[in-house]
Amino acid sequence: MEQPLSSRTIAVHVNGQLYEREVEARRLLIHFLRDDLDLTGSHVGCDTGNCGACSVIVDGTLLKSCMLLAVQVDGSELETVEGLSGNGELTELQQAFSDHHGLQCGYCTPGMLMSATALLRANPKPSDDEIKKALQGNICRCTGYWNIVDSVKAASGQQVAARE
Amino acid sequence: MLLREVEYARPSTVDEAVALLGAHDGARALAGGQTLVNVMKARAASPDVLVDLNRLDDLRAVSVHRDALVLGAMATYTQIMESAEVEVSRPILAEVAAQIADVQVRNRGTIGGNVCSNDPTNHLPPLLAALGASFTIRGAGGERTVPAEDFFLGVYLTAVGEGELLTSISVPAAAHAADGFAAITLGADGTCIANAAATLHGGETRIALGCVDAVPVVLRPADTDDESIRAAVEQAGLEPPGDVHASADYRRHLAAVCAVRAARQASERGR
Repeated sequence: MEQPLSSRTIAVHVNGQLYEREVEARRLLIHFLRDDLDLTGSHVGCDTGNCGACSVIVDGTLLKSCMLLAVQVDGSELETVEGLSGNGELTELQQAFSDHHGLQCGYCTPGMLMSATALLRANPKPSDDEIKKALQGNICRCTGYWNIVDSVKAASGQQVAARE
Repeated sequence: MLLREVEYARPSTVDEAVALLGAHDGARALAGGQTLVNVMKARAASPDVLVDLNRLDDLRAVSVHRDALVLGAMATYTQIMESAEVEVSRPILAEVAAQIADVQVRNRGTIGGNVCSNDPTNHLPPLLAALGASFTIRGAGGERTVPAEDFFLGVYLTAVGEGELLTSISVPAAAHAADGFAAITLGADGTCIANAAATLHGGETRIALGCVDAVPVVLRPADTDDESIRAAVEQAGLEPPGDVHASADYRRHLAAVCAVRAARQASERGR
């Protein structure tokens, strides 16, 4: 029978690259990504599961990596913000965030991008309400939400109304 | 945040999970972890062993057996929202699941975790109490099924004892059930300050109030009109807690507001 262990060797694909590491059971996924793999794009905002700055995609599902243990993603395929632009060019979504001022201080941006990426995969032409609902788990303390919604909308190829 | 040291096991069968929970003092089941991991950060919970249920696909099944909708304890909110079985047999569950937190939390959080944490502000304890759900618990000695009134025992406390595991929740199937739910929350889809679920079934009106006591308060008003609902809430003699979000008096008021709204929604659907 499976025995409880205080650490394990895990194998995960992150943005297509395989990593094998021994991790303590108590290690949160966000710290594994940032400190063990040096993938510091995903941010620690609140560390209480509210702000979404640590959002990543695990086996196709958008999750907050501060509420997962690293040992739980053993065998999984992860996508982080670093993986969005595989060839070094910005994705349409990233370019739209730049064009529509979807980022101010930028701290929430990695999480916003991952949530918007998950949304656009499931729903390529979201309405404003659908965008807001999809980004509900991501907090921007610069309060730049209008521009973030515009950015996602523009990335989906929809017209964005001009703002005064 | 660095968690306290903990051991971790990842069973591949439900029997193995139950055996692990029984074999280790201080072992705790890890469902979605959307509450547990955070309370571990705050040291409000310090399990010695985590038994991870996330690879137990048996516990994620949602199915209809005769006249019951059976939800595996590890069914996520997103799964419940998207389930064809839920839609045809008790759609209120999907509606309420969609009001919980945000996309990320709904993708991972589970119905079993929600009820086993039995936080008085959670959505599902009052809903499942109103619907007359029953809860199947497995332990070393076998399986038992308890009704909602015997399941929720206190704040963060349920009938699931040490060495036991909630495996499924069963709800009477009724496609066009007259069910309703209302909540006053902190922001859209935020934590509930007050909530209520209502169901009108077989001539009986059942209301369950959340946020006002350690466990859902179940009322059986004489009728479904606003006055009858208000009277039933008043007669319950609620003594809710007061906090920064609502004083006890205000929360008592909101309980009646939610009860009336939930009952109206249920009545409209029952027509």
